[in-house]
Amino acid sequence: MLEQRINLLKQKIVEYAFFIENMIHNSIKGLMNKNRELLEKVINDLEPKANDFEIELDELCTSTIAQFGPKAKNLRSILMIAKMNNDLERIGDQAVNISECGLYLIEKPPVKPLVDIPRMGEEAVKMLSDAIDSFINENITLAESVCERDNIVDNLRDQILRELITFMTSDPVTIERSIHLIKISRNLERIADLSTNICEDVIFMIEGKIIKHRKIKD
Amino acid sequence: MQRRIIKDKLFEIIIIILAMVSTLPLILILFQIVKKGIASINWSFFVNLPQPPGETGGGVSNAILGTFILIVIAGVFSILLGVLGGTFISEYKDKKISELIRLCVNIFQGIPSIVIGIIVYIWIVMPLHRFSALSGGIALGIMMLPLIVKSTEETLRLIPSSLKEASLALGASYTTTMLRVILPAGINGILSGILISVSRVAGETAPLLFTAFGNPFMNFNIFKPVDSLPLLIFNYSMSPYPEWHSIAWGASFVLISFIIILNILTKMVSRKWKTVF
Amino acid sequence: MENGILKILNFYAGYNVKTILTNINLSIPSNKVISIMGPSGCGKTTLIRCINRMHELQPDANFKGRILLNEKNIFETSPILVRRKIGMVFQKPNPFPTMSIYDNVVSGYILNGIKMPRIEKDRIVEETLRKVYLWDEVMDSLHRKGTFLSGGQQQRLCIARAMAMNPEIILLDEPTSALDPKATAKIEELITKIKKSVTVILVTHNTAQAARVSDFTAFLYLGELVEYGSTEKLFTTPKDKRTEEYLTGKFG
Repeated sequence: MLEQRINLLKQKIVEYAFFIENMIHNSIKGLMNKNRELLEKVINDLEPKANDFEIELDELCTSTIAQFGPKAKNLRSILMIAKMNNDLERIGDQAVNISECGLYLIEKPPVKPLVDIPRMGEEAVKMLSDAIDSFINENITLAESVCERDNIVDNLRDQILRELITFMTSDPVTIERSIHLIKISRNLERIADLSTNICEDVIFMIEGKIIKHRKIKD
Repeated sequence: MQRRIIKDKLFEIIIIILAMVSTLPLILILFQIVKKGIASINWSFFVNLPQPPGETGGGVSNAILGTFILIVIAGVFSILLGVLGGTFISEYKDKKISELIRLCVNIFQGIPSIVIGIIVYIWIVMPLHRFSALSGGIALGIMMLPLIVKSTEETLRLIPSSLKEASLALGASYTTTMLRVILPAGINGILSGILISVSRVAGETAPLLFTAFGNPFMNFNIFKPVDSLPLLIFNYSMSPYPEWHSIAWGASFVLISFIIILNILTKMVSRKWKTVF
Repeated sequence: MENGILKILNFYAGYNVKTILTNINLSIPSNKVISIMGPSGCGKTTLIRCINRMHELQPDANFKGRILLNEKNIFETSPILVRRKIGMVFQKPNPFPTMSIYDNVVSGYILNGIKMPRIEKDRIVEETLRKVYLWDEVMDSLHRKGTFLSGGQQQRLCIARAMAMNPEIILLDEPTSALDPKATAKIEELITKIKKSVTVILVTHNTAQAARVSDFTAFLYLGELVEYGSTEKLFTTPKDKRTEEYLTGKFG
């Protein structure tokens, strides 16, 4: 009985994760292709749906704990799904932020050709999808690799920041656009962070080992 | 330490000796009866009628048959009544009337058998103007009744009430529940109660003195006097004839064997049909 | 829940002057597991014994109100018919000790004097024992006495005995309170499976069990129906303060 419930929960959280992944895709695609419709869809249509999804999963987790009093790995799985649910909702919010910045940027001439932002987006989405994969297949190695890749995204963000500072100091007109770009990079970096969180939870679920706030290697 | 163990052992030995002493009378009685009785046991003892004094041979077939008839009559009279009565008081435990019946049954058990003989004499023998197997059987039946009532009640009381509920919950009627579930579940206790009561009354003499009376001839008519083993033993052992004395010993042997067999049968019944709940 | 298979309306029950149940209103949907929980002495057992008219068998029992089975008042139907449609399983396993496993399963038919051909009986026995997952364990000893089985097996046999009559509802009165955890788990699994063919009403004082197996839960306290709703809701966000307190172990 409990097993079926946990399977249902896993199935739902994976569904939710794919939904969120799609949201990020859409917001980056909307930004790159200057597609206003797509960006508005993320904000007005997908975001409320994501919120409903979160509430549903939250209730399911709570009632599962209340009804079955799960123990050991079962308990870890449910707790982890509840946290993952929370992280995914936050990622959804980041996608909305990106879309909002996108809506401002697509009306304006570009500060510079967008090269690093899509690369960063690609990397962050890849991390999220790997996190989901590691959860589905209970793959610890994959989860650990996601945690290690976090600094790639961090570096990209720093690089974008440095680059944009030079633009801003040379031409104050670009400041507003640059800040929006910086915001996007920050949001992408947050997505990568949250994906790392998910991977840490996956490792906790499988092994019961807490690796948060610690370097992987030690 | 040592003394404690010795004291322990000593006490144990004393108990064993006392226990053996208490069974000694039984062993002696059995020994006596077998020694004296077995001599007169032969085929003709079972099939022939008693001979007049002075003639050798002869048997007790009339008494064996009589005992059998008396027990059958007693059984017909008491088993149905006793089982139903026992069922009633176990079913309606808390009713006033059950309390009353239970009290009556206990008093009944205490009534001396000779008194029952006299009562049956007044009730049945006097109005019919004759001694009869019927009246003897009824007297024995009255003695069996309280035993059967009590054993039935006690057996049924041990049957968990959930069994009755299970049957009722399946939609069975009350009658079906009692007949198909409860009584079968108690069959071993009820049957052994009946057998015990038979073995108890098989040796009764007193209630038969004024009722079945005794009869030296073969008789199948329940409205005529019949002989029974204990009556025959009583009459023959009081007689001055040594031939009759040896017949009385033989009859005692038959009676004792019959009672022992009944007891063994009771044990077997209660073991074989034991119900596990 | 408007069109429940069983509706209890303004129902009162008790003994003599003592009232045990007051104004119970409950609608039970079909093919679901409904658990009735509450502290001991709250009237759970009395309630389900009213549903198959066993309550009135006790001396001094009384009741008021209506219970509708498929919109028909059970108190206007013969109790024998009601009990055939609403089976019951008791706290302690109680297979009929004089009957074989086989006869126990069809005992409902035997005791009601319903005759049927041997093949039909064989079919019912196998089908029902499979339903309660007992067939594989007893198929070679069908003609042995049911009392030789283990406690858990006996209880499954008792469920089979009730199921064999094809009831619409089956009442379980704390069916696992006399069993060990392993047998309990098996019975619980069985309960969630048999709801495909029958509506199950489960009385339990074990809240965890109610939470695990039932779709709807009713909380009874001092003879009053405090709260009734979907198990998920009742165990996470109870509406009544007393339910909250009972579930958090403040009383009961």
